[in-house]
Amino acid sequence: LWILAPILTLVLGITIGVLVIVWLEREISAGLQQRIGPEYAGPLGVLQALADGTKLLFKENLFPSRGDTRLFSIGPAIAVVSTLLSYSVIPFAYRFVLSDLSMGVFLWIAISSIVPIGLLMSGYGSNNKYSFLGGLRAAAQSISYEIPLTLCVLSISLLSNSSSTVDIVEAQSKYGFWGWNLWRQPIGFIIFLISSLAECERLPFDLPEAEEELVAGYQTEYSGIKFGLFYVASYLNLLVSSLFVTVLYLGGWNIFIPVFGITIGIFSTLVKTYLFLFISITTRWTLPRLRMDQLLNLGWKFLLPISLGNLLLTTSSQLLSL
Amino acid sequence: MILSVLSSPALVSGLMVAQDKNSVHSVMFPILVFRDTLGLLLLLGLDVSAMMFPVVHIGDIDVSFLFVVMMFHIQIAEICEEVLRYLPVSGIIGLILWWEMFFILDNETIPLLPTQRNTTSLRYTVYAGKVRSWTNLETLGNLLYTYYFVWFLLPSLILLVAMIGAIVLTMHRTTKVKRQDIFRRNAIDFRRTIMRRTTDPLTIY
Repeated sequence: LWILAPILTLVLGITIGVLVIVWLEREISAGLQQRIGPEYAGPLGVLQALADGTKLLFKENLFPSRGDTRLFSIGPAIAVVSTLLSYSVIPFAYRFVLSDLSMGVFLWIAISSIVPIGLLMSGYGSNNKYSFLGGLRAAAQSISYEIPLTLCVLSISLLSNSSSTVDIVEAQSKYGFWGWNLWRQPIGFIIFLISSLAECERLPFDLPEAEEELVAGYQTEYSGIKFGLFYVASYLNLLVSSLFVTVLYLGGWNIFIPVFGITIGIFSTLVKTYLFLFISITTRWTLPRLRMDQLLNLGWKFLLPISLGNLLLTTSSQLLSL
Repeated sequence: MILSVLSSPALVSGLMVAQDKNSVHSVMFPILVFRDTLGLLLLLGLDVSAMMFPVVHIGDIDVSFLFVVMMFHIQIAEICEEVLRYLPVSGIIGLILWWEMFFILDNETIPLLPTQRNTTSLRYTVYAGKVRSWTNLETLGNLLYTYYFVWFLLPSLILLVAMIGAIVLTMHRTTKVKRQDIFRRNAIDFRRTIMRRTTDPLTIY
Protein backbone atom coordinates (compact mmCIF):
# COMPACT_ATOMS: atom_id res chain seq x y z
CA LEU A 1 0.00 0.00 0.00
CA TRP A 2 2.98 2.28 0.48
CA ILE A 3 3.37 2.41 -3.29
CA LEU A 4 0.69 5.07 -3.36
CA ALA A 5 2.99 7.70 -1.90
CA PRO A 6 5.54 7.69 -4.75
CA ILE A 7 2.74 7.50 -7.28
CA LEU A 8 1.06 10.53 -5.79
CA THR A 9 4.35 12.41 -5.68
CA LEU A 10 4.96 11.62 -9.31
CA VAL A 11 1.46 12.67 -10.32
CA LEU A 12 1.87 15.89 -8.40
CA GLY A 13 5.19 16.49 -10.09
CA ILE A 14 3.66 15.81 -13.48
CA THR A 15 0.78 18.18 -12.83
CA ILE A 16 3.12 20.95 -11.78
CA GLY A 17 5.24 20.10 -14.81
CA VAL A 18 2.28 20.51 -17.14
CA LEU A 19 1.40 23.84 -15.57
CA VAL A 20 4.98 24.95 -16.01
CA ILE A 21 5.00 23.83 -19.63
CA VAL A 22 1.84 25.74 -20.44
CA TRP A 23 3.35 28.84 -18.91
CA LEU A 24 6.64 28.21 -20.69
CA GLU A 25 4.89 27.89 -24.00
CA ARG A 26 3.13 31.19 -23.49
CA GLU A 27 6.28 32.97 -22.43
CA ILE A 28 8.51 31.51 -25.12
CA SER A 29 5.99 32.07 -27.87
CA ALA A 30 5.58 35.59 -26.63
CA GLY A 31 9.29 36.14 -26.78
CA LEU A 32 9.44 34.66 -30.28
CA GLN A 33 6.61 36.84 -31.46
CA GLN A 34 8.00 39.87 -29.70
CA ARG A 35 5.15 40.47 -27.36
CA ILE A 36 4.60 40.12 -23.65
CA GLY A 37 3.25 36.82 -22.42
CA PRO A 38 0.74 36.23 -19.66
CA GLU A 39 1.06 38.76 -16.89
CA TYR A 40 -2.30 38.95 -15.19
CA ALA A 41 -2.66 35.56 -13.60
CA GLY A 42 -0.24 35.45 -10.72
CA PRO A 43 3.21 36.98 -10.66
CA LEU A 44 4.73 36.86 -14.15
CA GLY A 45 1.67 34.95 -15.29
CA VAL A 46 2.68 31.70 -13.63
CA LEU A 47 -0.85 30.69 -12.72
CA GLN A 48 -2.05 31.07 -16.29
CA ALA A 49 -2.49 27.36 -16.76
CA LEU A 50 -4.59 27.12 -13.63
CA ALA A 51 -6.71 29.98 -14.86
CA ASP A 52 -7.18 28.18 -18.17
CA GLY A 53 -8.14 24.99 -16.42
CA THR A 54 -10.62 26.72 -14.15
CA LYS A 55 -12.22 28.46 -17.10
CA LEU A 56 -12.60 25.13 -18.86
CA LEU A 57 -14.14 23.61 -15.76
CA PHE A 58 -16.83 26.22 -15.71
CA LYS A 59 -17.78 25.81 -19.34
CA GLU A 60 -20.80 23.83 -20.39
CA ASN A 61 -20.05 20.21 -21.14
CA LEU A 62 -21.62 19.53 -24.49
CA PHE A 63 -22.51 16.19 -26.00
CA PRO A 64 -23.36 15.89 -29.68
CA SER A 65 -26.94 14.76 -29.77
CA ARG A 66 -26.70 11.99 -32.31
CA GLY A 67 -23.11 11.06 -31.78
CA ASP A 68 -21.93 8.09 -29.85
CA THR A 69 -21.99 9.41 -26.31
CA ARG A 70 -19.99 6.68 -24.66
CA LEU A 71 -17.17 6.77 -27.18
CA PHE A 72 -17.23 10.53 -27.08
CA SER A 73 -16.70 10.59 -23.34
CA ILE A 74 -14.10 7.87 -23.15
CA GLY A 75 -11.94 9.13 -26.04
CA PRO A 76 -9.99 11.89 -24.27
CA ALA A 77 -9.71 9.76 -21.15
CA ILE A 78 -7.89 7.02 -23.01
CA ALA A 79 -5.43 9.47 -24.49
CA VAL A 80 -4.61 10.98 -21.10
CA VAL A 81 -4.46 7.73 -19.13
CA SER A 82 -2.11 6.05 -21.57
CA THR A 83 0.25 8.99 -21.53
CA LEU A 84 0.25 9.15 -17.75
CA LEU A 85 1.11 5.45 -17.50
CA SER A 86 4.35 5.92 -19.35
CA TYR A 87 5.68 8.32 -16.71
CA SER A 88 6.30 5.39 -14.41
CA VAL A 89 9.46 4.31 -16.20
CA ILE A 90 11.31 7.60 -16.41
CA PRO A 91 14.25 7.87 -14.05
CA PHE A 92 14.76 11.29 -12.56
CA ALA A 93 17.89 10.46 -10.61
CA TYR A 94 19.85 7.35 -9.75
CA ARG A 95 17.22 4.64 -9.39
CA PHE A 96 14.69 7.34 -8.60
CA VAL A 97 12.14 5.74 -10.84
CA LEU A 98 8.67 4.51 -10.08
CA SER A 99 9.12 1.08 -11.61
CA ASP A 100 12.43 -0.28 -12.81
CA LEU A 101 11.11 -2.59 -15.47
CA SER A 102 13.54 -4.62 -17.50
CA MET A 103 11.91 -3.24 -20.62
CA GLY A 104 10.88 0.20 -19.45
CA VAL A 105 11.48 1.91 -22.73
CA PHE A 106 9.39 -0.67 -24.53
CA LEU A 107 6.51 0.15 -22.22
CA TRP A 108 6.42 3.69 -23.52
CA ILE A 109 6.38 2.45 -27.11
CA ALA A 110 3.59 0.04 -26.29
CA ILE A 111 1.47 2.60 -24.49
CA SER A 112 1.93 5.28 -27.12
CA SER A 113 0.28 2.82 -29.50
CA ILE A 114 -2.96 3.09 -27.53
CA VAL A 115 -3.27 6.83 -28.09
CA PRO A 116 -4.60 6.55 -31.70
CA ILE A 117 -7.53 4.54 -30.34
CA GLY A 118 -8.55 7.44 -28.14
CA LEU A 119 -8.25 9.84 -31.07
CA LEU A 120 -10.32 7.61 -33.32
CA MET A 121 -12.99 7.21 -30.68
CA SER A 122 -13.27 10.92 -30.10
CA GLY A 123 -13.32 11.67 -33.80
CA TYR A 124 -16.02 9.13 -34.46
CA GLY A 125 -18.12 9.95 -31.44
CA SER A 126 -18.65 13.55 -32.46
CA ASN A 127 -21.33 13.48 -35.11
CA ASN A 128 -19.22 15.49 -37.48
CA LYS A 129 -17.64 14.52 -40.78
CA TYR A 130 -14.71 16.82 -40.36
CA SER A 131 -13.78 15.81 -36.87
CA PHE A 132 -14.08 12.19 -37.99
CA LEU A 133 -11.64 12.87 -40.81
CA GLY A 134 -9.42 14.69 -38.36
CA GLY A 135 -9.48 11.73 -36.04
CA LEU A 136 -8.58 9.35 -38.87
CA ARG A 137 -5.73 11.59 -39.94
CA ALA A 138 -4.47 11.92 -36.39
CA ALA A 139 -4.50 8.18 -35.92
CA ALA A 140 -2.72 7.64 -39.26
CA GLN A 141 -0.07 10.17 -38.29
CA SER A 142 0.36 8.65 -34.87
CA ILE A 143 0.81 5.11 -36.08
CA SER A 144 3.10 6.06 -38.94
CA TYR A 145 5.55 7.89 -36.71
CA GLU A 146 5.63 5.12 -34.13
CA ILE A 147 7.84 3.03 -36.39
CA PRO A 148 10.84 5.37 -36.75
CA LEU A 149 10.45 6.06 -33.02
CA THR A 150 10.58 2.36 -32.20
CA LEU A 151 13.54 1.78 -34.48
CA CYS A 152 15.52 4.61 -32.88
CA VAL A 153 14.71 3.30 -29.43
CA LEU A 154 15.81 -0.13 -30.60
CA SER A 155 19.18 1.26 -31.69
CA ILE A 156 19.60 2.81 -28.25
CA SER A 157 18.77 -0.49 -26.57
CA LEU A 158 21.39 -2.14 -28.75
CA LEU A 159 23.97 0.37 -27.61
CA SER A 160 23.13 -0.03 -23.95
CA ASN A 161 22.52 -3.80 -23.95
CA SER A 162 19.28 -3.34 -22.11
CA SER A 163 15.84 -1.86 -22.50
CA SER A 164 15.58 -0.62 -18.98
CA THR A 165 15.70 3.14 -18.73
CA VAL A 166 17.98 3.09 -15.70
CA ASP A 167 20.47 0.92 -17.56
CA ILE A 168 20.36 3.16 -20.59
CA VAL A 169 21.20 6.21 -18.53
CA GLU A 170 23.93 4.39 -16.65
CA ALA A 171 25.48 3.27 -19.91
CA GLN A 172 25.86 6.91 -20.86
CA SER A 173 27.76 7.89 -17.76
CA LYS A 174 31.13 6.49 -18.76
CA TYR A 175 32.83 9.39 -20.47
CA GLY A 176 31.04 12.32 -18.91
CA PHE A 177 29.77 14.70 -21.51
CA TRP A 178 31.02 12.68 -24.48
CA GLY A 179 29.38 9.49 -23.37
CA TRP A 180 25.90 10.65 -24.09
CA ASN A 181 24.00 8.77 -26.72
CA LEU A 182 23.63 12.01 -28.59
CA TRP A 183 27.16 11.68 -29.93
CA ARG A 184 26.91 8.00 -30.59
CA GLN A 185 23.64 8.24 -32.50
CA PRO A 186 23.32 11.69 -34.01
CA ILE A 187 21.03 10.54 -36.81
CA GLY A 188 18.89 8.68 -34.35
CA PHE A 189 18.64 11.79 -32.22
CA ILE A 190 17.29 13.87 -35.07
CA ILE A 191 14.86 11.16 -36.12
CA PHE A 192 13.70 10.74 -32.56
CA LEU A 193 13.14 14.48 -32.22
CA ILE A 194 11.06 14.63 -35.37
CA SER A 195 9.09 11.48 -34.60
CA SER A 196 8.31 12.48 -31.04
CA LEU A 197 7.13 15.89 -32.22
CA ALA A 198 4.89 14.06 -34.66
CA GLU A 199 3.63 11.72 -31.98
CA CYS A 200 2.64 14.62 -29.77
CA GLU A 201 0.89 16.24 -32.70
CA ARG A 202 2.73 19.47 -32.25
CA LEU A 203 3.71 21.67 -35.08
CA PRO A 204 4.97 21.20 -37.70
CA PHE A 205 2.79 18.10 -37.61
CA ASP A 206 -0.21 19.91 -36.34
CA LEU A 207 -2.79 18.97 -38.95
CA PRO A 208 -5.21 17.02 -36.75
CA GLU A 209 -5.65 19.86 -34.34
CA ALA A 210 -4.96 22.85 -36.46
CA GLU A 211 -7.26 25.70 -35.77
CA GLU A 212 -7.37 26.92 -39.30
CA GLU A 213 -7.85 23.66 -41.10
CA LEU A 214 -10.47 21.05 -40.33
CA VAL A 215 -11.66 23.34 -37.55
CA ALA A 216 -9.54 21.80 -34.81
CA GLY A 217 -9.84 18.27 -36.20
CA TYR A 218 -11.05 15.67 -33.78
CA GLN A 219 -11.35 18.18 -30.96
CA THR A 220 -14.04 20.26 -32.59
CA GLU A 221 -17.08 19.10 -30.69
CA TYR A 222 -15.38 19.11 -27.35
CA SER A 223 -15.96 21.82 -24.81
CA GLY A 224 -15.29 22.31 -21.18
CA ILE A 225 -13.16 19.92 -19.29
CA LYS A 226 -13.05 17.29 -22.03
CA PHE A 227 -11.26 19.75 -24.23
CA GLY A 228 -9.14 20.50 -21.22
CA LEU A 229 -8.26 16.81 -21.13
CA PHE A 230 -7.11 16.91 -24.74
CA TYR A 231 -5.15 20.06 -24.05
CA VAL A 232 -3.50 18.47 -21.04
CA ALA A 233 -2.90 15.24 -22.98
CA SER A 234 -0.99 17.17 -25.61
CA TYR A 235 1.30 18.73 -23.04
CA LEU A 236 1.65 15.50 -21.09
CA ASN A 237 2.75 13.78 -24.27
CA LEU A 238 5.22 16.58 -24.90
CA LEU A 239 6.62 16.27 -21.40
CA VAL A 240 7.01 12.53 -21.59
CA SER A 241 8.67 12.80 -25.00
CA SER A 242 11.14 15.37 -23.78
CA LEU A 243 11.89 13.31 -20.68
CA PHE A 244 12.53 10.32 -22.89
CA VAL A 245 14.80 12.39 -25.10
CA THR A 246 16.90 13.29 -22.08
CA VAL A 247 16.91 9.73 -20.78
CA LEU A 248 17.73 8.12 -24.09
CA TYR A 249 19.97 10.64 -25.76
CA LEU A 250 21.07 13.37 -23.45
CA GLY A 251 22.27 11.24 -20.60
CA GLY A 252 19.50 11.37 -18.03
CA TRP A 253 20.89 12.64 -14.80
CA ASN A 254 24.54 12.65 -15.83
CA ILE A 255 26.49 15.84 -15.94
CA PHE A 256 30.24 16.38 -16.22
CA ILE A 257 31.03 15.83 -12.59
CA PRO A 258 29.88 12.67 -10.84
CA VAL A 259 26.47 13.10 -9.36
CA PHE A 260 26.42 12.86 -5.60
CA GLY A 261 22.86 13.35 -4.70
CA ILE A 262 19.35 12.88 -5.88
CA THR A 263 18.47 16.53 -6.12
CA ILE A 264 21.33 17.33 -8.47
CA GLY A 265 20.19 14.42 -10.59
CA ILE A 266 16.62 15.65 -10.74
CA PHE A 267 17.82 19.14 -11.46
CA SER A 268 20.03 18.10 -14.35
CA THR A 269 17.27 15.93 -15.82
CA LEU A 270 14.88 18.85 -15.68
CA VAL A 271 17.39 21.23 -17.22
CA LYS A 272 17.91 18.90 -20.16
CA THR A 273 14.17 18.41 -20.47
CA TYR A 274 13.78 22.15 -20.61
CA LEU A 275 16.25 22.21 -23.50
CA PHE A 276 14.11 19.89 -25.55
CA LEU A 277 10.96 21.72 -24.52
CA PHE A 278 12.48 24.95 -25.68
CA ILE A 279 13.41 23.38 -28.99
CA SER A 280 9.95 21.99 -29.56
CA ILE A 281 8.12 25.18 -28.54
CA THR A 282 10.43 27.25 -30.72
CA THR A 283 9.80 24.85 -33.60
CA ARG A 284 6.10 25.16 -33.10
CA TRP A 285 6.11 28.90 -33.45
CA THR A 286 8.66 29.02 -36.24
CA LEU A 287 7.90 26.41 -38.83
CA PRO A 288 4.82 26.18 -41.03
CA ARG A 289 2.52 23.25 -40.92
CA LEU A 290 3.02 20.20 -43.08
CA ARG A 291 0.23 19.02 -45.31
CA MET A 292 -1.10 15.58 -44.59
CA ASP A 293 0.42 13.79 -47.53
CA GLN A 294 3.74 15.53 -46.95
CA LEU A 295 3.53 14.42 -43.34
CA LEU A 296 2.91 10.77 -44.15
CA ASN A 297 5.49 10.98 -46.91
CA LEU A 298 8.03 12.16 -44.41
CA GLY A 299 7.18 9.41 -41.98
CA TRP A 300 7.13 6.43 -44.28
CA LYS A 301 9.45 7.32 -47.12
CA PHE A 302 12.05 9.39 -45.37
CA LEU A 303 12.30 8.66 -41.67
CA LEU A 304 11.63 4.94 -41.86
CA PRO A 305 14.47 4.09 -44.25
CA ILE A 306 16.84 6.38 -42.39
CA SER A 307 15.99 4.85 -39.06
CA LEU A 308 16.40 1.37 -40.54
CA GLY A 309 19.78 2.42 -41.85
CA ASN A 310 20.61 3.78 -38.41
CA LEU A 311 19.69 0.43 -36.90
CA LEU A 312 21.84 -1.33 -39.46
CA LEU A 313 24.78 0.95 -38.68
CA THR A 314 24.35 0.40 -34.97
CA THR A 315 24.17 -3.37 -35.28
CA SER A 316 27.19 -3.51 -37.54
CA SER A 317 29.21 -1.31 -35.21
CA GLN A 318 28.20 -3.48 -32.28
CA LEU A 319 29.25 -6.57 -34.20
CA LEU A 320 32.58 -5.09 -35.19
CA SER A 321 33.47 -3.88 -31.75
CA LEU A 322 32.70 -7.11 -29.97
CA MET B 1 -8.05 -12.57 -7.20
CA ILE B 2 -6.39 -10.41 -9.78
CA LEU B 3 -6.68 -13.29 -12.21
CA SER B 4 -10.45 -13.29 -11.98
CA VAL B 5 -10.58 -9.50 -12.10
CA LEU B 6 -8.69 -9.61 -15.35
CA SER B 7 -10.02 -12.71 -17.00
CA SER B 8 -13.75 -12.19 -16.52
CA PRO B 9 -13.87 -8.85 -18.36
CA ALA B 10 -11.82 -10.51 -21.08
CA LEU B 11 -14.42 -13.22 -21.53
CA VAL B 12 -17.34 -10.81 -21.29
CA SER B 13 -15.78 -8.40 -23.77
CA GLY B 14 -15.12 -11.29 -26.10
CA LEU B 15 -18.79 -12.17 -25.99
CA MET B 16 -19.79 -8.57 -26.51
CA VAL B 17 -17.68 -8.39 -29.66
CA ALA B 18 -20.02 -10.81 -31.32
CA GLN B 19 -23.15 -9.54 -29.65
CA ASP B 20 -23.07 -5.81 -30.08
CA LYS B 21 -25.14 -4.51 -32.96
CA ASN B 22 -23.14 -1.35 -33.34
CA SER B 23 -20.12 -2.38 -35.35
CA VAL B 24 -17.87 0.29 -33.91
CA HIS B 25 -18.54 -0.96 -30.40
CA SER B 26 -17.76 -4.49 -31.48
CA VAL B 27 -14.33 -3.31 -32.59
CA MET B 28 -13.81 -1.41 -29.36
CA PHE B 29 -14.40 -4.44 -27.19
CA PRO B 30 -11.30 -6.24 -28.51
CA ILE B 31 -9.36 -3.40 -26.94
CA LEU B 32 -10.70 -4.47 -23.58
CA VAL B 33 -9.92 -8.08 -24.40
CA PHE B 34 -6.36 -7.17 -25.31
CA ARG B 35 -5.93 -5.14 -22.16
CA ASP B 36 -7.12 -7.96 -19.94
CA THR B 37 -4.96 -10.54 -21.68
CA LEU B 38 -2.11 -8.07 -21.33
CA GLY B 39 -2.70 -8.11 -17.59
CA LEU B 40 -2.84 -11.89 -17.59
CA LEU B 41 0.45 -12.10 -19.46
CA LEU B 42 2.02 -9.71 -16.99
CA LEU B 43 0.81 -11.89 -14.16
CA LEU B 44 2.50 -14.85 -15.80
CA GLY B 45 5.68 -12.85 -15.95
CA LEU B 46 5.96 -12.59 -19.71
CA ASP B 47 6.78 -8.94 -19.96
CA VAL B 48 7.91 -8.83 -23.58
CA SER B 49 4.88 -10.63 -24.95
CA ALA B 50 2.73 -8.39 -22.79
CA MET B 51 4.31 -5.32 -24.30
CA MET B 52 3.84 -6.71 -27.79
CA PHE B 53 0.11 -6.69 -27.23
CA PRO B 54 -0.49 -2.93 -27.23
CA VAL B 55 2.01 -2.30 -29.98
CA VAL B 56 0.81 -4.92 -32.41
CA HIS B 57 -2.72 -5.80 -31.46
CA ILE B 58 -4.20 -2.60 -30.10
CA GLY B 59 -2.07 -0.12 -31.94
CA ASP B 60 -2.06 -1.67 -35.36
CA ILE B 61 -4.61 -4.43 -35.79
CA ASP B 62 -7.38 -2.74 -33.89
CA VAL B 63 -6.68 0.62 -35.49
CA SER B 64 -6.87 -1.03 -38.90
CA PHE B 65 -10.17 -2.63 -37.98
CA LEU B 66 -11.43 0.70 -36.74
CA PHE B 67 -10.43 2.37 -39.97
CA VAL B 68 -12.31 -0.24 -41.95
CA VAL B 69 -15.42 -0.24 -39.79
CA MET B 70 -15.66 3.50 -39.44
CA MET B 71 -15.20 4.25 -43.08
CA PHE B 72 -17.62 1.70 -44.47
CA HIS B 73 -21.27 2.50 -44.34
CA ILE B 74 -22.51 -0.53 -42.49
CA GLN B 75 -26.26 -0.69 -42.30
CA ILE B 76 -27.25 -1.36 -38.76
CA ALA B 77 -30.82 -2.22 -39.73
CA GLU B 78 -29.71 -5.32 -41.57
CA ILE B 79 -27.91 -6.65 -38.54
CA CYS B 80 -31.03 -6.58 -36.40
CA GLU B 81 -32.60 -9.31 -38.47
CA GLU B 82 -33.15 -12.79 -37.23
CA VAL B 83 -30.02 -14.11 -35.65
CA LEU B 84 -31.28 -17.65 -35.35
CA ARG B 85 -30.77 -18.27 -39.03
CA TYR B 86 -27.05 -18.40 -38.48
CA LEU B 87 -27.24 -20.87 -35.63
CA PRO B 88 -26.38 -24.17 -37.42
CA VAL B 89 -23.10 -23.12 -38.99
CA SER B 90 -22.09 -20.75 -36.26
CA GLY B 91 -22.96 -23.35 -33.65
CA ILE B 92 -20.64 -25.86 -35.29
CA ILE B 93 -17.82 -23.30 -35.45
CA GLY B 94 -18.44 -22.36 -31.84
CA LEU B 95 -18.31 -25.98 -30.75
CA ILE B 96 -15.04 -26.52 -32.62
CA LEU B 97 -13.46 -23.53 -30.90
CA TRP B 98 -14.81 -24.66 -27.54
CA TRP B 99 -13.26 -28.07 -28.10
CA GLU B 100 -9.95 -26.45 -29.04
CA MET B 101 -9.99 -24.43 -25.85
CA PHE B 102 -10.39 -27.55 -23.73
CA PHE B 103 -7.72 -29.25 -25.76
CA ILE B 104 -5.27 -26.53 -24.72
CA LEU B 105 -6.39 -26.31 -21.13
CA ASP B 106 -6.08 -30.02 -20.57
CA ASN B 107 -2.50 -30.11 -21.72
CA GLU B 108 -0.41 -31.58 -18.94
CA THR B 109 2.83 -30.11 -20.13
CA ILE B 110 2.22 -26.42 -19.65
CA PRO B 111 5.81 -25.17 -19.37
CA LEU B 112 4.87 -21.84 -17.94
CA LEU B 113 3.79 -22.79 -14.46
CA PRO B 114 6.73 -23.85 -12.29
CA THR B 115 5.64 -26.95 -10.43
CA GLN B 116 8.30 -26.79 -7.74
CA ARG B 117 7.07 -23.47 -6.60
CA ASN B 118 6.03 -22.95 -3.04
CA THR B 119 2.73 -21.31 -3.75
CA THR B 120 1.59 -20.72 -0.20
CA SER B 121 4.08 -18.03 0.68
CA LEU B 122 3.90 -14.83 -1.28
CA ARG B 123 7.59 -14.05 -1.09
CA TYR B 124 9.53 -16.66 -2.94
CA THR B 125 12.86 -15.53 -4.25
CA VAL B 126 14.63 -17.49 -6.90
CA TYR B 127 18.23 -17.08 -5.80
CA ALA B 128 19.64 -18.54 -8.95
CA GLY B 129 18.00 -15.72 -10.83
CA LYS B 130 19.93 -13.10 -8.97
CA VAL B 131 23.27 -14.31 -10.23
CA ARG B 132 22.61 -14.08 -13.92
CA SER B 133 19.12 -14.32 -15.21
CA TRP B 134 18.02 -13.93 -18.74
CA THR B 135 15.32 -11.41 -19.34
CA ASN B 136 12.43 -12.49 -21.48
CA LEU B 137 13.72 -10.41 -24.33
CA GLU B 138 17.08 -12.14 -24.22
CA THR B 139 15.58 -15.61 -24.28
CA LEU B 140 13.33 -14.69 -27.16
CA GLY B 141 16.22 -13.23 -29.09
CA ASN B 142 18.44 -16.16 -28.33
CA LEU B 143 16.00 -18.63 -29.75
CA LEU B 144 14.46 -16.61 -32.49
CA TYR B 145 17.58 -15.24 -34.12
CA THR B 146 19.87 -18.25 -33.88
CA TYR B 147 17.83 -21.41 -34.23
CA TYR B 148 14.64 -20.25 -35.87
CA PHE B 149 15.94 -17.41 -37.99
CA VAL B 150 14.58 -18.87 -41.22
CA TRP B 151 11.11 -18.89 -39.74
CA PHE B 152 11.67 -15.32 -38.67
CA LEU B 153 12.73 -14.16 -42.12
CA LEU B 154 9.89 -15.97 -43.84
CA PRO B 155 7.06 -14.01 -42.16
CA SER B 156 8.89 -10.82 -42.88
CA LEU B 157 8.93 -11.74 -46.56
CA ILE B 158 5.23 -12.55 -46.38
CA LEU B 159 4.60 -9.19 -44.76
CA LEU B 160 6.58 -7.46 -47.49
CA VAL B 161 4.51 -9.20 -50.14
CA ALA B 162 1.32 -8.21 -48.34
CA MET B 163 2.38 -4.58 -48.14
CA ILE B 164 3.36 -4.41 -51.77
CA GLY B 165 0.13 -6.17 -52.69
CA ALA B 166 -1.95 -3.63 -50.80
CA ILE B 167 -0.14 -0.76 -52.48
CA VAL B 168 -0.45 -2.30 -55.93
CA LEU B 169 -4.14 -3.01 -55.47
CA THR B 170 -4.97 0.54 -54.52
CA MET B 171 -2.71 2.35 -56.93
CA HIS B 172 -4.49 3.49 -60.04
CA ARG B 173 -4.00 5.98 -62.79
CA THR B 174 -0.62 7.20 -61.82
CA THR B 175 0.03 8.90 -65.10
CA LYS B 176 -2.71 11.46 -64.85
CA VAL B 177 -2.03 12.65 -61.32
CA LYS B 178 0.08 15.76 -61.19
CA ARG B 179 2.78 15.51 -58.62
CA GLN B 180 4.81 18.32 -57.27
CA ASP B 181 8.53 18.19 -57.48
CA ILE B 182 9.61 20.01 -54.37
CA PHE B 183 13.06 20.94 -55.60
CA ARG B 184 11.68 22.41 -58.78
CA ARG B 185 9.09 24.23 -56.72
CA ASN B 186 11.69 25.80 -54.53
CA ALA B 187 13.85 26.77 -57.47
CA ILE B 188 11.20 28.92 -59.11
CA ASP B 189 12.41 32.42 -59.59
CA PHE B 190 9.66 34.97 -59.72
CA ARG B 191 11.50 37.08 -62.23
CA ARG B 192 11.13 34.37 -64.79
CA THR B 193 7.57 33.34 -64.08
CA ILE B 194 5.73 36.61 -63.87
CA MET B 195 5.43 38.43 -67.11
CA ARG B 196 5.32 42.17 -66.96
CA ARG B 197 2.90 43.93 -69.24
CA THR B 198 1.54 47.41 -69.23
CA THR B 199 -2.14 47.36 -68.62
CA ASP B 200 -4.57 49.55 -70.45
CA PRO B 201 -5.76 52.11 -67.86
CA LEU B 202 -9.27 52.11 -69.29
CA THR B 203 -9.89 48.39 -68.74
CA ILE B 204 -8.84 48.08 -65.12
CA TYR B 205 -12.40 47.86 -63.91
